Amino acid sequence: MDYTLLIVQTLNGVQLGLLLFLVASGLTLVFGILDFVNLAHGSIYMVGAFICASLTFVVGNFLLAILIALPLTAAVGYGIERLLARHLYARDHLDHVLGTFGLILVIDTSVHLIWGPEGFAVPLPAWLDGQVEIFTGVVIPTYRLLIIGVGLAVAGGLYWLVNFTRLGMLIRAGASNRVMVSALGIDIQWLFALVFALGAMLAGLAGMLISPITEASISMGGEIIITAFVVIIIGGIGSMKGAFFAALIIGLIDTLGRSFLDDIFKLFMSSDAAETSAPAISSMLIYILMAVILAVRPQGLFPPKVR
Amino acid sequence: MKRLLSAAIAATMFTLPAMAAEVKIGFVTTLTTGGAVIGNDQKNAVDLALKHIGGKMGDLDVNLIYGDDGFKPETGKQVTDKLVKQDDVTFVAGYIWSHVLLASRKSVLDAGKFMISANAGPSPIAGKLCHENFFSTSWQNDQTPMAMGEVLNQKGVKSLYIMAPNYAAGKNMVTGVERTFKGKVLGKDLTKWGADAQLDFSAELAKAKASGAEGLFVFYPGKAGGAFIKQYHQAGLKDILPLYSVFTVDALSLPKLQAANFESVIGSQTTQQWDPSLDNPQNKKFVADFKAAYGTYPSFYAAQAYDSIMLIKSAVEAVKGDLTDMDGMRAAMKAANYPSVRGKYSYGNNHMPVQNFYLREVVKDSDGTWTTKVVKTVFENHQDTYASECSLK
Repeated sequence: MDYTLLIVQTLNGVQLGLLLFLVASGLTLVFGILDFVNLAHGSIYMVGAFICASLTFVVGNFLLAILIALPLTAAVGYGIERLLARHLYARDHLDHVLGTFGLILVIDTSVHLIWGPEGFAVPLPAWLDGQVEIFTGVVIPTYRLLIIGVGLAVAGGLYWLVNFTRLGMLIRAGASNRVMVSALGIDIQWLFALVFALGAMLAGLAGMLISPITEASISMGGEIIITAFVVIIIGGIGSMKGAFFAALIIGLIDTLGRSFLDDIFKLFMSSDAAETSAPAISSMLIYILMAVILAVRPQGLFPPKVR
Repeated sequence: MKRLLSAAIAATMFTLPAMAAEVKIGFVTTLTTGGAVIGNDQKNAVDLALKHIGGKMGDLDVNLIYGDDGFKPETGKQVTDKLVKQDDVTFVAGYIWSHVLLASRKSVLDAGKFMISANAGPSPIAGKLCHENFFSTSWQNDQTPMAMGEVLNQKGVKSLYIMAPNYAAGKNMVTGVERTFKGKVLGKDLTKWGADAQLDFSAELAKAKASGAEGLFVFYPGKAGGAFIKQYHQAGLKDILPLYSVFTVDALSLPKLQAANFESVIGSQTTQQWDPSLDNPQNKKFVADFKAAYGTYPSFYAAQAYDSIMLIKSAVEAVKGDLTDMDGMRAAMKAANYPSVRGKYSYGNNHMPVQNFYLREVVKDSDGTWTTKVVKTVFENHQDTYASECSLK
């Protein structure tokens, strides 16, 4: 067993998990507090990536572009809330699904019309474009380390926001009993709009961070949204803590499965059979986990306390 | 006056169907999703081909109908059915993806139409499932990686790590390179493909590096190619693990990589049956006019799409526009008697091209644009290995 490889793969898994957390946290926030199923969350992730990618070419610096793109993505989220989501809160989940599915088509086509189908490769500043040796033999790309740092910082920030601020108190209160919150004189519409914009910003940030690794492309939203739903189902819908741990678990399972499953399979089957079955099984692993969780603990690993 | 006008309009309306002796061609490609990058390039090439032939094949007007497969086999089959049954086309061309082609082939061939693949070349269609009405203007999937395997032998590369997406073409590519490569394959990863394809290769690249192989062979078509190159660059593998790719670095990914200045792709090598620098009059005209019209180099997808229209034209003209003469058109296509942008080639018994394969290298052209040029010829008149399994003579 090669331990440096194991460490590198674990770091890769953590990085993937934190990226998933950024998407899933926004999704679980909106679902948990607004009781709103937002299938178009992945499209906001894509819009964030495209805004940031084109800004990178305008201002010439990726990090600066992120700083400008974040409020813009939040504004897109706010616009969606005002124009579409707000009118659907009172309806049932199927209407949410229909409405936001329509929104996916609208956003995808708009992006296709504005930016074209080819997408963007996003350049990184030179100091992020290299590799670092964390300790002997463990070399990973600097940029992936940055993603881990940003992911942990956002997770810490959200923890602080939800647990130790007045806004967080309102968010928690809104999640438990929104009628009571509005009866106490809190402008619930304003709170909802804010939460929606925050969720959009988190998704956008994830899109911006992934685009230098893959690229900003039209189908990127659809690629992540399913996994993000798996994360919040495993973690417990509406739970920030659940989203965090489930995202890490899924990131690790996915990465480690992809890296070591074929070697494990080779222990008890022919190498040909292992090579063909391992990729198939490893792409199923997270869904198998979800099925198990749904069977034995349908409320998720960390369900919110009051619902 | 008014009456005269409406009479004139009515007259044209009645005469139009009679005048419109036309040849209907369906072209199935990917016009939505990330795969639209390839589809648009093919569409541009087909439009250019139609412009070059003045929209006519012999005396017949060309009526070209595009179909969008949405990167999905089931959608590809649906739009093929529509082209065959509703539009009643004579030729269905296109098909980027092997799995889409395999899902659609019965719809075309059972209806007695011609199917022209402008890209996909899965092994069954060259072997057991070969058909007299199927022709390819591209290659059989295994051939290009076989050429790469030969290049690796010539370079003295002793060990290799292989990465490809987990679908029909990906598996063919792996088989192809393993067939000719004489060294040791130290590891292999087949990654998830389709609408939610895996685009983050951190785990696989770490494994490849740890394997200690002397070279890395990959096949990542379309946007996955760009993503792969970037991560290869970010992981700093250029000097540790040289990259040998097929269908990954092309005229679609290079402009984006250049815009983002991913220099490590310069000098990387790939094999192909065509290159923009190939020296023949048809290719020079094609590349120059394509660049003038669309501002970029054409990709090999575009070149093959352009050829598919020219192949059909040669068939229609050989039978003097008599579209009922299937045998005549088939014989004409089998002769490959048209000016292909890759130069002269012939057809094997399975209607797959028997053609040259070249080694291409990424270079900067005289304007500083990143493109490829031919380094050398790897195979001359190469025939795919499945031809013997095909029952056609």
